[in-house]
Amino acid sequence: MTSSSIDAYAATASIPGELKVIQDATCTFCGCVCDDIDLTVKDDHIIEAKRACVLGKAWFLNHHNDGRASCHIDGKPATLEEGYDRAAKILTSGRYPIVYGLSDSPCEAQRVAVSIADWIKGTIDTTTSVCHGPSGMAFQGVGEVTCSLGEVANRGDMIIFWGANPAESHPRHFTRYSLMPKGMFLPNGRKDRTCVFVDVRKTKSAKAADIFLQIKPRKDFEALWSLRALAKGIELDPELVLRETGVELSAWKDLMDRMKAAKFGVIFFGMGLTMTRGKHANTEALLALTRDMNAYTRFAAKPNRGHGNVSGADNVVSWRTGYPFGVNHSRGYPRFNPGEYTTSDTLANGEADAAMTIACDPMANFSQPAREHLASIPLISLDTKETPTTRAATVAFTVATYGINTGGTVYRMDDVPIPLRPAFQSPHPSDFEVLTAIEDRVKKIMGITE
Amino acid sequence: MTAIEYTKVSQGTVYDPANGVDGQVRDLWIAGGRIVAAPTDPEARPARIIDASGLVVMPGGIDMHCHIAGPKVNVARKMRPEEKRKGEQISGTSNTHSGTMGSVPSTFATGYKYAALGYTTAFDAAVPPLGARHAHEEFDDTPCLDKGFYVLMGNNHYVMQSLQRNEPQKLKAFIGWLLAATKGFAPKLVNPGGVEVWKSHQAGNVSGLDQAVDHFNVTPRKIIRGVAQAANELGLPHPVHIHCNNLGMPGNWETTLETMKALEGFGGHITHAQFHSYGGGDGDENTFNSKVIQLADYVNTHPNMTVDVGQVLFGETTSMTGDGPLGYFLSKVYGGKWFSSDTEMESGCGITPIKYKNKSLVHALQWAIGLEWYLLVEDPWRVVMSTDHPNGGSFLAYPQIIRLLMDRTYRRDILQTCHPLVRERSTLWDLDREYTLNEIAIITRAGPARILGLKDKGHLGAGADADITIYTPHENKEIMFEMPRVVIKSGQVIVEQGEIRHTPIGKTLHVDPVYDHEVEPDIQQWFEKYYSIRWRNYPVDISYLHESAVVPPRA
Repeated sequence: MTSSSIDAYAATASIPGELKVIQDATCTFCGCVCDDIDLTVKDDHIIEAKRACVLGKAWFLNHHNDGRASCHIDGKPATLEEGYDRAAKILTSGRYPIVYGLSDSPCEAQRVAVSIADWIKGTIDTTTSVCHGPSGMAFQGVGEVTCSLGEVANRGDMIIFWGANPAESHPRHFTRYSLMPKGMFLPNGRKDRTCVFVDVRKTKSAKAADIFLQIKPRKDFEALWSLRALAKGIELDPELVLRETGVELSAWKDLMDRMKAAKFGVIFFGMGLTMTRGKHANTEALLALTRDMNAYTRFAAKPNRGHGNVSGADNVVSWRTGYPFGVNHSRGYPRFNPGEYTTSDTLANGEADAAMTIACDPMANFSQPAREHLASIPLISLDTKETPTTRAATVAFTVATYGINTGGTVYRMDDVPIPLRPAFQSPHPSDFEVLTAIEDRVKKIMGITE
Repeated sequence: MTAIEYTKVSQGTVYDPANGVDGQVRDLWIAGGRIVAAPTDPEARPARIIDASGLVVMPGGIDMHCHIAGPKVNVARKMRPEEKRKGEQISGTSNTHSGTMGSVPSTFATGYKYAALGYTTAFDAAVPPLGARHAHEEFDDTPCLDKGFYVLMGNNHYVMQSLQRNEPQKLKAFIGWLLAATKGFAPKLVNPGGVEVWKSHQAGNVSGLDQAVDHFNVTPRKIIRGVAQAANELGLPHPVHIHCNNLGMPGNWETTLETMKALEGFGGHITHAQFHSYGGGDGDENTFNSKVIQLADYVNTHPNMTVDVGQVLFGETTSMTGDGPLGYFLSKVYGGKWFSSDTEMESGCGITPIKYKNKSLVHALQWAIGLEWYLLVEDPWRVVMSTDHPNGGSFLAYPQIIRLLMDRTYRRDILQTCHPLVRERSTLWDLDREYTLNEIAIITRAGPARILGLKDKGHLGAGADADITIYTPHENKEIMFEMPRVVIKSGQVIVEQGEIRHTPIGKTLHVDPVYDHEVEPDIQQWFEKYYSIRWRNYPVDISYLHESAVVPPRA
């Protein structure tokens, strides 16, 4: 595979003491993927990140090279070549190898990771399976009515956030896309929009709301179905609705009236919906409600995706295998089964016997049984920094940071692909380079001539 | 000087209609990935001889209208796991990736399947400019094919604004800029104006060519006429590819006729004409009938017009379109899952699973209407084989369509299994025409190459790309065409009898129009006001194309 797009906008070497400005750089910290950041770079440090939010500033300004070796084997520094050889050996020796992570890698690297999983007849899975995986499954059930984020800015006059806290997770969401922009058909910006928050607690984001509806925990499904019923004009029992959702029927009716009166409504939903009781059934209800609303006006829904290129991972895995995440190749062709081929489950079931993790930290956030199993099998990790996972790894690669050191392509939460304009070079190889070197060796071992 | 390394395709029965070769036994010489004249040096020996004696040799197939890459195609893959498990499984081998089929195959599987069918070039028909980078990334994972895509612009705000303000120079520059920025191949109009109305009204759409589009005060007619003129003046190899308004609606044939008239003599291509040739009215199934005779008559008498068919095949598939309101309509008809996505400033999208049944009058008529188009357009150079993959059916159905065209007995046998009223509502039963192999070579390769302005493709003369398909003759043309003996891409054997031998990635074909760059600041000002990404991050860098070729303008 040729992938020169990784170098479409390659980082240039810094000249000591000189300031360098990178215009329209892209921040990959969250799914907003803001591509309007002006970075000022001096001596391989970013000293200013204009227009970046608090999270973006932390992402850019705190980036430093910690002097770590690019490769460790069994905890000891090793050459990259030794690391590539060992990694390829581990991956090709496993009977049930898994490759996991990818949501903080550019698409170019993700593509190589999927190839490796294909050649070794392993599983490829991404962090989607532990965040919006249920949204992906709901999507397969009912579809989705959605739009690009610019469409929200230009037309969205009714913005509902459900189980989402963008003020803290996506700080520029309001100003760039959803609430503040003066759009083509909303010349007064925020004044032309109604903002609703539905959540189980009053988050920092709720301050932005015109209407805040605090529902009972674990009752998203019931609340959404109440709205679906109201949309169709079905009478509901006020006591039952209050008891089940924690919110008065009159408040839901008022919301539905406003939704029907809106010209273009948008529901953004977060992990408060997808990872609580009901999971994909919750998202299905929300996507179905959005679809229902199109019988009365225009309405769209959109998951607030977290990682910078988790949407890219969904896309790459889909175009190469036909399925978005949790894909197993053990029979030689792709099979999809969330709950079995999703990594947290595969590991918790004690099934994998070799693993490669890329840009993720399962040793920090998976369940105890999953972590125990992962620690017991040969593991290759690629990350920009030391983490519990890299410490547990047999082969640990320290890689350059995408968007800061390396180029490539990322997909914003609305699937819009955006190029990266890196600021300065890293002493470490990119994950694309590491994965390509491993793939070359895997192909040799497996006799692949593609 | 090193000797030129030749490959010779020896003694095949060659069908090369662009060069007037109709089934004559010839040798073809290949060097450097191209067809060359037979060497004059009597000592010259080919490094490889492919014995094609007794076999049929044609240029590689060209699919000028399919949906194989980009945002909407990938959404359809994600949305339809259910059809993949019961479909053919594509296992990886020592030289191929694994993949999945269903109605929307994964990227590698798409490349392998096209190649194994003898197709070496394909064009995705509808890419939103904002998703162009995505389409190019998928192209890089779709081997064995040269590829390009058409750029959605029939509902683009700058296009409509330029027309509203009567600024044809700006429109022309914008089309040039947009094709260059996306590394696209041709302008595509999808339900011009209608998608914009869909974005701002419940079930919104335009009903005909003269309904004004909100906010812009332009009509579909004005968009069609304006873009056609600008694109023709830019000298684009394929000026304008039109998905008419009112797709699928009874009575829409009048809209289609008006669309052809709206071109006012400018070159234009009506795509998936089958879906736009219906009589009847008011959504009443009982009045649904074929109007191909009337439309084909217009095409026959107007040399500026070309069409591809968009043949429907019976079975299950996925409808995918840049026509947002159509997606909504179909989702209500079929009641299945529905995807819709509106792209800022540019376009829409609709996806839903569908099933064509031979016992359904409407579906069977659609099938018959498609075949009528092939049989009623007199000049095969102006009608092209397509299923609008996957909308009417898979590209894998092309061999079946060839049989339907070459064998009227078979055609009538199938027609007899259909809803009985089809024989009254269409002329298919009475059409005796049978296609010849030469005509098949025209509607599957020579014709589309000419319509697309691809001088190096669709023929086997010296200088052409050495994309060659060799078939084993068979009485049953479906069998003959479904598994070529050998497929050669750029001089390299990529398939032998269904086995993939090599997987070159293929070139991306795009245009690089000459346009008035002084209009760019005006485009930039408009862009920066309403787009959610930065002006500098919008154009697709050439590095995304890997191997590519600029197709020059028409002289």
